[in-house]
Amino acid sequence: MGELKLMKGNEAIAEAAIRAGVDAYFGYPITPQSEVLEYLMQEQPEERTGMVVLQAESELAAINMVYGAASTGKKVMTTSSSPGISLYQEGISYIAGAELPCVIANVVRGGPGLGTIQPSQADYFQATKGGGHGDYKLYVLAPASVQEMADFVEDGFNIAYKYRNPVMILTDGMIGQMMEKVELKDQKPRWTDEEIKKMSDSWATIGKGNHRERNIITSLDLDSAKQEKHNHHLQKKYRQMEEEDVRFEEINCDDADYLIVAYGSSSRIAMKTLNLARAKGIRVGLFRPITLYPFPMKALNKYIGQVKGILSVEMSAGQLIEDIMLAVECKINVQHFGRYGGMIHSPDEVLQALETLINGGNNGR
Amino acid sequence: MTEEIIIAGFGGQGVLSMGKILAYSGIMQDQEVSWMPSYGPEMRGGTANVTVIVSDERISSPILNFYDTAIILNQQSMDKFESRVKPGGILLYDPNGITHHPTRTDITIYRIEGARLAAEMGNTKIFNMIVLGAYLKIKPVVKLENVILGLKKSLPERYHKLIPMNQAALTKGMENPAVYKPA
Repeated sequence: MGELKLMKGNEAIAEAAIRAGVDAYFGYPITPQSEVLEYLMQEQPEERTGMVVLQAESELAAINMVYGAASTGKKVMTTSSSPGISLYQEGISYIAGAELPCVIANVVRGGPGLGTIQPSQADYFQATKGGGHGDYKLYVLAPASVQEMADFVEDGFNIAYKYRNPVMILTDGMIGQMMEKVELKDQKPRWTDEEIKKMSDSWATIGKGNHRERNIITSLDLDSAKQEKHNHHLQKKYRQMEEEDVRFEEINCDDADYLIVAYGSSSRIAMKTLNLARAKGIRVGLFRPITLYPFPMKALNKYIGQVKGILSVEMSAGQLIEDIMLAVECKINVQHFGRYGGMIHSPDEVLQALETLINGGNNGR
Repeated sequence: MTEEIIIAGFGGQGVLSMGKILAYSGIMQDQEVSWMPSYGPEMRGGTANVTVIVSDERISSPILNFYDTAIILNQQSMDKFESRVKPGGILLYDPNGITHHPTRTDITIYRIEGARLAAEMGNTKIFNMIVLGAYLKIKPVVKLENVILGLKKSLPERYHKLIPMNQAALTKGMENPAVYKPA
């Protein structure tokens, strides 16, 4: 068993990054994710593993440092919160186009604009549908506990290198700021230059020696035919993700007449609602997508014919609901419930919304 | 066993650290814990509160509307949280600075004169440990020995010399909670 600690979600991401053998972290402070950078600065991982931690002069600089460092096959990571992630979008699109692995965490706060520093889940569309320009996808993981904040760093890098694609950990101020028990993995050594060469010599800019042509990292190809071919290749990767790397959790879904679908912090709140509802004799289950892209389409689709209604719970005006409706082909009554702008719904509010749905009412969408 | 607690008072009273020590104590005896603070601009000199859950099972929502126990350390928190104690639950408060005392009759109300006792012990900083001691006397959700272990885990080593004083404060608190009957 690994070391047990009581940690904030933000601290857990930072410590997990050191232990996963990450080579470099670039970031810029913003509430509610500042503890990531603070923790790393305090821990001085350059003394523990040689990991570089750098506070960039801006978000634009940070994401482009990620772009540059990831080009060398090194494990690179950054974190920010909503307004900062918006500033990242150009870089993220370039990184996806140039097919570079990296892990980006978004500790979401309320928006739009500078919004508020309180938790929100209103960046779902930005994370799963693009955000930057062009036909690209991020692999998006949604942790629901401090343990998953830690675990998803390493899981994220595994996926990032499997597909040479940026991975996003989409979390929010609630999971970032709360403390829970977390079991930390043992320290992994950083990759040696030989290991990086073995793994990534086909694409990384690590010096060609005399044995091969130059590797070029770019997202630019003015030859449209080639660009289309490149896009085909990207789409093939995304289809493979959809086949091989979908993750979700089902709680009490077997006998369910109704489902709550929620991810991240909303799934925690909904788990309490589930207990309250079951105590009242309502047969409800909780379906929690762990990957938001690829979304668990097939897993949800099989509830057609079983459940009479689905409540999509998200701290937003209703974004997740669109993927649920697609997954169930609009054959189930799907309604959205959620507080937003930094407000957090309570388990009782979610229960009320569920009862409204069950009683044939409408939650407004 | 699941115990859902709100600890609420002023920033600077040690509200968040009391919750943290309680949560660490839960880990020491192999329980699940969560610690969810109010965070934001209101913390600077204003009110501070934290929801702590200690449970034998996987914890669902770290944010709640109703609590098994409310530990209340100022009037604003009394106004906000007295009504949010579950029927049959517990409200523990320090009467120092409280102008409107709790009136509910469907919960058990205890008082701990933490501020006065801390002053008597010559150290106002151990106020929160006196209150925590009183709470653990009323509801022994974690063992005292595990609180000491939790303190060791949550304090940097250079502060370990302060542990005996904190232990004395916990003991002082355990000796002093009194049931308060609303008029």
